[in-house]
Amino acid sequence: MIAVRPAALLTVAAAVLLALLNLLPAASALHVPDFAVGLAGKYLSFALLGIAVDLVWGFAGILTLGHAAFFALGGYAMGMYLMREIGTRGVYGNANLPDFMVFLSWNKLPWYWHGFDHFGFALLMALAVPGALAALFGWLAFRSRVSGVYLSIMTQALTYALLLAFFRNDMGFGGNNGLTDFKDVLGFDLHSSVTRAVMLVLTALMVAGSLMLTRAILSGRFGSLLTAVRDAESRTRFLGYRPDHIKLVIWVLSALIAGLGGALYVIQVGIINPGEFAPANSIEAVIWVAVGGRGTLSGAVLGAILVNLGKTLFTGLLPELWLYALGALFILTTLFLPRGIMGLPWNRLTGLARGLRSGAKADVAP
Amino acid sequence: MSTQNLLYLDAVSVSFDGFRALNALSLLLAPGEMRAIIGPNGAGKTTMMDVITGKTRPDTGTVEFRGEHDLTKLDEPTIARLGIGRKFQKPTVFEQLSVRDNLLLSLKGKRRPFAVLAARETAEEAARIAGILATTRLADHATRQAGALSHGQKQWLEIGMLLGQDPELLLVDEPVAGMTDAETAQTADLLREINRTRSVVVVEHDMDFVRALDVRVTVLHEGSVLAEGNLDDVSNNPRVIEVYLGR
Repeated sequence: MIAVRPAALLTVAAAVLLALLNLLPAASALHVPDFAVGLAGKYLSFALLGIAVDLVWGFAGILTLGHAAFFALGGYAMGMYLMREIGTRGVYGNANLPDFMVFLSWNKLPWYWHGFDHFGFALLMALAVPGALAALFGWLAFRSRVSGVYLSIMTQALTYALLLAFFRNDMGFGGNNGLTDFKDVLGFDLHSSVTRAVMLVLTALMVAGSLMLTRAILSGRFGSLLTAVRDAESRTRFLGYRPDHIKLVIWVLSALIAGLGGALYVIQVGIINPGEFAPANSIEAVIWVAVGGRGTLSGAVLGAILVNLGKTLFTGLLPELWLYALGALFILTTLFLPRGIMGLPWNRLTGLARGLRSGAKADVAP
Repeated sequence: MSTQNLLYLDAVSVSFDGFRALNALSLLLAPGEMRAIIGPNGAGKTTMMDVITGKTRPDTGTVEFRGEHDLTKLDEPTIARLGIGRKFQKPTVFEQLSVRDNLLLSLKGKRRPFAVLAARETAEEAARIAGILATTRLADHATRQAGALSHGQKQWLEIGMLLGQDPELLLVDEPVAGMTDAETAQTADLLREINRTRSVVVVEHDMDFVRALDVRVTVLHEGSVLAEGNLDDVSNNPRVIEVYLGR
């Protein structure tokens, strides 16, 4: 865990700065346009997914290729609340049913949509549903001692199964189109600059909070135990530990963070559809972490932001080549930056800077 | 039946794909006893330890601990928590962690995830670690990464981790493999020291070491006990000589 505290502070400071500059009059030279705030909010939501992936991959050695499933489930839970918030403002003006249900000629709300007109309930579900799925999946997988590439394949299967399920109209989650056309959250207009600015800062605070929470957990005895389980799982059994339980705890915590990211994502991006379950999304999240630096937490945030910034720029210029660029990035990182951006010799740089500042001969810190 | 025995193995058999690794093996260990197990490769020494620690389930036979726990029905963590510690043939310490953290994780007590999450090092734990560091002569290396230790030091750290577990019975697989003569002698001293308060089963090839331990010896061959007694008796046993030297 390198520079987690500075990363948390920097994230919040940058988000506050962006939000403030966005609220400047449009004529001002320093004005930040609305779309940039929206993008930043999206990137920070992804950063939460990155932290979640790093937590299990970097610290518990579980290469998850299905974590976007937890992110998307959190997103759907929040999306259901936002759908209910539309009320009579939908195309069909039906106060009791979301538009897509009217379109499918359903006459009553499915039971699992009840309660989602309350923000608090939806937020709880955005955590509880991914958490419960992770608990079930993890319990079954870890107690059967499934690990390594087999577990990775199972996580891909999990997210793919959910993708197929959510595509079905019968599921009651809007099928192919997903949930969208949201109007407001807790009465605040989703399209207003102020709401977006506040959401950006809130997301940054959640990123910072997740960083600090995971750092606190990992720097204590639990972190040592997790390293032990990662590197020599069977040995921990002979010390009396149950590695399956240890992994389950971190796996569920990771899913909760991913779910929170998904919930914040939907509020700021304004749409959630089955595409979020696409296996490629989960693989992308692993690439963010690899690029930023596996097992560093702050690298997960950095990687999520940088790769997605690259994606935004690249898909604007050469959309059809993005996947090749992403693949090349992953290969190059693996070959030349095995410890990611955070693994670069930063302390030499800071040592150099310190040396220059003190006027002494720049000595290279070890 | 076996209340006077700490460990009681009766007619234990294990087969892997038709190969009989243990063949009606029976072994008794009294409380406080130290026993050396010798035998040629493939005699079943490691399989026996696997059976006692719950790693391998025997096909048939009885394995009891303290006359009350049927070890064939329990898994590794449960058996470890009952008070059976194991040192592996190849030293397995947690290489990324410091020597101190290795010992901290081994200390008897907090094992459940949330107990570990909430754990703060107590003064008692610190004292226990300091004691083990002194016993295993690793005090000067406490903050080093375990992976950076020499082979002999890793063996000692693993013995230290066994002490941290505070087990009633220690199973020690080839503790002096790869050690210098001086380290071997120190290890024999250490095991005798440990044996003052705990029972020990040592598997070893090094005859000088076994002689230095000066304890009852069990010779295994093809999965069962070939001979038992003090080292001189068993090494003069014609069947043992035949097995070791071949004919």
